Amino acid sequence: MADSGVTDGLCDTDDIERSKTEGKELTKEEKQRLRKEKKHQKKIKEKKDDAASHEDEKKKKKKKEEKPVGAASQPPTQPSQKAPAPAPVPVPASETPALADKPAKSKADLKAERRARQESERASKQGKKGDVGQPVPTSKPKAPPSELQPVVKRLPEHVQVDNPDVLKKLAKKLERQQIPLRSDYGYKVSLFSHLHQYSRKAPLTQQLGIPSTVIHPAIVRLGLQYSQGIVAGSNARSVALLHAFKQVIRDYTTPPNEELSRDLVNKLKPYISFLNQCRPLSASMGNAIKYIKKEISNIPSQCKEEEAKSKLLSCIECYINEKIILAAKAIAKYSIEKISDGDVILVYGCSSLVNHILCEAFEKKRKFRVIVVDSRPRLEGREALRRLVQRGISCTYVLISAVSYILPEVSKVFLGAHALLANGYVMSRVGTSQIALVAKAFNVPVLVCCETYKFCERVQTDSFVSNELDDPDELIVTRKGKTQLEHWQEVPSLGLLNLVYDVTPPDFVDLVITDLGMIPCTSVPVVLRVKNVDQ
Amino acid sequence: MPGPDRETDLTERIESFLSDLKRGGSGTGPLRGSAETARETTALLRRITAQARWSSAGDLMEIIRKEGRRMIAAQPSETTVGNMIRRVLKIVREEYARSRGSSEETDQQESLHKLLTSGGLSEENFRQHFTALKANVIEAINELLTELEGTTDNIAMQALEHIHSNEVIMTIGRSRTAEAFLKDAARKRKFHVIVAECAPFCQGHEMATSLSKAGIETTVIADAAIFAVMSRVNKVIIGTQTVLANGGLRAVNGTHTLALAAKHHSTPLIVCAPMFKLSPQILSKVNVHCPVFDYVPPELITLFISNIGGHAPSYIYRLMSELYHPEDHEL
Repeated sequence: MADSGVTDGLCDTDDIERSKTEGKELTKEEKQRLRKEKKHQKKIKEKKDDAASHEDEKKKKKKKEEKPVGAASQPPTQPSQKAPAPAPVPVPASETPALADKPAKSKADLKAERRARQESERASKQGKKGDVGQPVPTSKPKAPPSELQPVVKRLPEHVQVDNPDVLKKLAKKLERQQIPLRSDYGYKVSLFSHLHQYSRKAPLTQQLGIPSTVIHPAIVRLGLQYSQGIVAGSNARSVALLHAFKQVIRDYTTPPNEELSRDLVNKLKPYISFLNQCRPLSASMGNAIKYIKKEISNIPSQCKEEEAKSKLLSCIECYINEKIILAAKAIAKYSIEKISDGDVILVYGCSSLVNHILCEAFEKKRKFRVIVVDSRPRLEGREALRRLVQRGISCTYVLISAVSYILPEVSKVFLGAHALLANGYVMSRVGTSQIALVAKAFNVPVLVCCETYKFCERVQTDSFVSNELDDPDELIVTRKGKTQLEHWQEVPSLGLLNLVYDVTPPDFVDLVITDLGMIPCTSVPVVLRVKNVDQ
Repeated sequence: MPGPDRETDLTERIESFLSDLKRGGSGTGPLRGSAETARETTALLRRITAQARWSSAGDLMEIIRKEGRRMIAAQPSETTVGNMIRRVLKIVREEYARSRGSSEETDQQESLHKLLTSGGLSEENFRQHFTALKANVIEAINELLTELEGTTDNIAMQALEHIHSNEVIMTIGRSRTAEAFLKDAARKRKFHVIVAECAPFCQGHEMATSLSKAGIETTVIADAAIFAVMSRVNKVIIGTQTVLANGGLRAVNGTHTLALAAKHHSTPLIVCAPMFKLSPQILSKVNVHCPVFDYVPPELITLFISNIGGHAPSYIYRLMSELYHPEDHEL
């Protein structure tokens, strides 16, 4: 436990120092020296407000910069804190039982408490700059999450493109990590000026020769595959990411005087920034990265390198197996109960999970036929059509504008999801909400299939605040020999909008089939909470 | 003798018109757009009235009906042809009645039910011969032609009453009426237009380029994004191929989805349709199994803007009775 505490402290100083020395490349020795100084200072401060700051840490569990606290003071106050926390009690109330345990708290103690809280908040604000990754949870025993933690969320960079300060910070960070900054392309519709818009024809790798010492070639290849759309779909992207990370771990050697758990996490950060520049990370990828970082930092420092690496590789294998492959099997099992003979099933686009379900149902000799709905400009439905027809399932193919024409024939709609948000909204490929809307109008049941690792803590009510803008040139098409939009850039008042995702409100969705069972859309936050407790 | 020459000339013209119709379906052939088709049809009917041999109103109506059936058979999806034929038939009846001296006002339809179920015999057999009938009919058809020429402008004139500044308006595909409507409003007001491209023909692209050249801020979106952006749209303004007797629409593919999305967000749906698109066909007789067109029920429509003003969908049947005679519903 002490080790992990040390790890945490070192992580803190790392970040604090990074934010202070923006743009300057420090040598390793300088970095180490700075780190040691900061650690020393912190240890002195901690000894002063040990007992008082403990309660504050309990409240700020979600923040990255948790201070290592002496373990001895924790156990006595923990049981008292565990009791009120599960019930949704407001924070002041949970404080009172704890305070009641220490009846001898004087005014001086309260003042020290307050001062410590302020200082820790200041330190945490300083150290917050930099990463995309989620806080590294420590291994010290946690109280069950109280729902009323003051969640100070940092807004991700990719939805603040219209803020020049944020862009400058990003540019500096990327420069430090030696990753090229991708520039936006084309006229952006004003409603979406807060999002990036990149061109497919200008992948990141063209701009600079990236030496392999900075970014592992497997990651470069992966980034290119993402930006060109060769690897698409949230499951495929997550699996590809995990395989690439496995390769990175295999090729990794711990430099002298460094700890694997700390150094490997730092090595992954520029890779993640690079992949983010190639294509914004999906919710599933974000969860996978969180998991990997947690596993890496949980490696005890006395573990040998080979052992540690094999442990990590097996962890990743296990994650892929459990969360994706076995989850798909479980979901298929539940879904097949919902498919009856003579059904006409409508699917949209190409969802690997839905395709898997339909193939499994066909293997189990269910009689049904499928209508594949497709939309421009991606036309992913053709891939789904190919896969289903190969198995021998009878399919019909329509474009999304004809959906209200064929819907009277349909008995069920199966949709895949990119992520399930905490307010019950389903984030999926653009057009999904439209299909759900029309299905609702015709009283056709809509079933969404989604693994639990795609559940996300974000909330969103419309498709504008956070989305992805794809290359606008993809909308251009030639019909009857004329390409109307060929010179759209030259016309100042013309814009093309190529959205990638949209959110479906929960009242359009009748059922969500997950590996934990079949739940209504509004139960997503419950599942998230259960998952957090398990972790 | 001028007679046979005129006749052969007439038949030639009719044949060429029929082949034009056959080649072009809904604006893709040489007859671009329904306004053109309506004008051509009416001009041809005027020529038939002028040049064909007939002695009484009944004969004329028979000839028109016969040729009309052939025209409709050439291109069933182009309903304006049938509409114009019915208009001209009504004109003939009216002129005949005027010549005879009786009034036709007693024949007004009171309700949609009577409109659908009336099939009753009229004792007229239109056999009386009136010398002035031909001239009167031709004059009335000329009036009809002038009306047709002014429809788009009449609709566009009403634009400023319905569009205010800084609005976001959505439209789908390509409608010349809606285009003229928006361009007219853009002369005085600044607003933003989102065009759904309407795959697979992607006519929305043409609409977008034309609107942006007129200086309107335009954005092109894929059909799949209609619901996603609908929450920021203030009004939906569309054109249509046909307006049905119950107030519903037969419009381009994807319009039903657009209408449902607008209803969900309580966004008004405004249809710009000139009167010659009104068709007395009712749903059961309309061929909805053609995926090129969508049926949009009248509950999803807020307003019809036509060359004679704005109407609610529930009022359409009344207009129908003013334009067409119930006996002509089945040609």
